[in-house]
Amino acid sequence: MQKLQDIDVRIEAAVDQSVQHGNAIPLLHEILHALRRLGETEEPTTIDLRSIPFGPGDEEQLLDALDRGEVTVKLETLGASEIYETAFAGVWIVEHKNTEGERIALQIEITRVPEILFTQVADLTDSISRLENRLRAPDVGAPAEQSYQWEKA
Amino acid sequence: MADSKTETKTLGESLRQQGVSRRGFLKFCTATASMMALPPTMVPAIAAALEKARRPSVIWLSFQECTGCTESLTRAHAPTIENLIFDHISLDYHHTLQAAAGEGAEAAREAAMHENHGKYLVVVDGSIPLKDPGFSTIAGISNLDMLKETVAGAAAVIAVGSCAAFGGLPHANPNPTGAVSVSEIIKDKPVVNVSGCPPIPTVITGVLAHFLTFGGLPELDDLGRPKVFYGQSIHDRCYRRPFYDKGLFAETFDDEGARKGWCLYRMGCKGPMTYNACATTKWNQGTSWPVESGHGCLGCSEPDFWDGGGFYNAISIPDGDIARNIGLGAVAGVAVGAAAGMLNRNARADAVARHETVTVDDLEKTS
Ligand code: SF4
Ligand code: SF4
Repeated sequence: MQKLQDIDVRIEAAVDQSVQHGNAIPLLHEILHALRRLGETEEPTTIDLRSIPFGPGDEEQLLDALDRGEVTVKLETLGASEIYETAFAGVWIVEHKNTEGERIALQIEITRVPEILFTQVADLTDSISRLENRLRAPDVGAPAEQSYQWEKA
Repeated sequence: MADSKTETKTLGESLRQQGVSRRGFLKFCTATASMMALPPTMVPAIAAALEKARRPSVIWLSFQECTGCTESLTRAHAPTIENLIFDHISLDYHHTLQAAAGEGAEAAREAAMHENHGKYLVVVDGSIPLKDPGFSTIAGISNLDMLKETVAGAAAVIAVGSCAAFGGLPHANPNPTGAVSVSEIIKDKPVVNVSGCPPIPTVITGVLAHFLTFGGLPELDDLGRPKVFYGQSIHDRCYRRPFYDKGLFAETFDDEGARKGWCLYRMGCKGPMTYNACATTKWNQGTSWPVESGHGCLGCSEPDFWDGGGFYNAISIPDGDIARNIGLGAVAGVAVGAAAGMLNRNARADAVARHETVTVDDLEKTS
C-alpha cells in the first residue's frame, strides 16, 4: 500500500495573497474613535482581537498599519508578554503568552499607559515589607523571600 | 489529579503561594476574560471574583464516547492559564485520565459526592444507551444508573461534546444502542450543553472558568448552550462572508474560487445553520479553523448533524431559491446571514423529516 508520505503533493497555484478580508480598515476606524474619546474624556478602550473574525492576513495588515512606536516593554510573569506603543501614540498592543510561548491574549489598548504596566498596590505593599525585612536582617545582602499579600491592597 | 477535597484556599491565596504577583494575576484574569469571551471591561470584576473563588469538586463521567472530547480538553492551548484553572478545580474522578479503576475509583467518586453534596459539578462526555444497559458500563454500573446516582447531589451538569449534548454519533440513524443525551434523562438539574465534535478546548475551559468565577452558569440558548460561545452562527462570523454576499462560490476544492478563498456554501458548508465559536476562537493554538483551511463547516455543534445529508451537499433547500427567499446580494450584513441561518435551519429540518437530500445540481436547477 502506498504510504502517505509517498503521495506526491504538487502545489499548482499559491493562495491568492491579494485577497483582502477587510477586517483591518473598520478596526482602524474604531481605534480612531477610541483615540478621540481618550483625547476628549480620558476614557480608555480595550479591543480584544480574539473576538474579531480575522481572515488570513487581516491581523498582519492591521499590525503593519499601526506599526511600532517608541516604547516596548517586556513583562515576565506566567510566561512572557510584550507590550508596545504603536506608531500612533496612545494606541498600544498587549500580547500575552503562556510559559510555552503560545499566545493567550492579544489586545489593543487605547490609553495613556496600559493598566498592567502600573505597579499594583498589592505588589507595592509587598515590596515595602520585603525591603523593611531586609534592612532589619543582620545580613542585608541576602535575598529576601517574596510573599505576596494582595489582601492588604 | 488533585486530592485535596477539603481544600479551602481561595484561588488568590493559592496563586500568591505559588509566587505569582498581582500583576501576574491581572494577566491571568485578562486571558481568562478573553477565554470566557467576556469584554475586557469585565477584567476587574473577574479579578475580584476569581481572587475569592474556592475550588469546586468536579466529577467527570465518560459514557458512549470516543475520548475525543477529553483529548480536546487536554490539548487546551493555554497551559499556564488552564493549568491554573485545573489546579484550582478538584477533578475528583475522571476514569479515562485517572490511574485507579474499579472499586477504588468508584469509592473516590462516592467520597467526592458525599463531601461536596449539593456543590459539585458533573461533567459528562458521551451519550447514554437506553436499549440495553449492558452496551456501556463502568465497574459493572450502567451509564444510566451512574448518571442518575452521580447527578443526584450535584449543583449542575455540563454535557461536553455533541454526544452528551444531543446524542451525537451513537444517536445517528438507526441509533442501534438507543443512545440519548444527558438532558433527555436529567430534568431536575441545570444542564449546560457544550456541543461540538469535539468542542473547542477553550470553550470547555471557558465554561468551567465561568462556574469558578461567578459560581453559576452562563446564559444559555434554546438548546442549552452558553450564548457567549454559541450565540452567533459560523456564517455570521465567517471571514468568507463577503463572498457569499456577492454570490462568489468555490465549486470544487481546487478551482479558481477555492484558490481565491471564496465561500464554501456550494461545497456543503453548514456554517449558516451552525452556532459555534470556531470563526473567532479558532483551533490549534488559534492557528486556523476548518473554513480558513478550505473545508466547509460540518455543523458538528448542532443536533443530528450526522443525519443532515452529506457533508459535501449544499444545505438542503427543498423549495425554492435562496437568492429569491433571502434577497441574496441585494442586502448585505448580518440580517441576511441570520435570515439564511433560519431559512437553512428550517429547510434542513424539513429535509431530515422527509429524508430528502439535495445536491449542488438540484440547487442549480431551482435557482
Ligand atoms: S457558507 Fe460557509 S464559507 Fe460561506 S460564508 Fe457561510 S460559513 Fe463562510
Ligand atoms: S467549523 Fe463547524 S464542523 Fe468544524 S469544528 Fe466548527 S462547528 Fe464543528
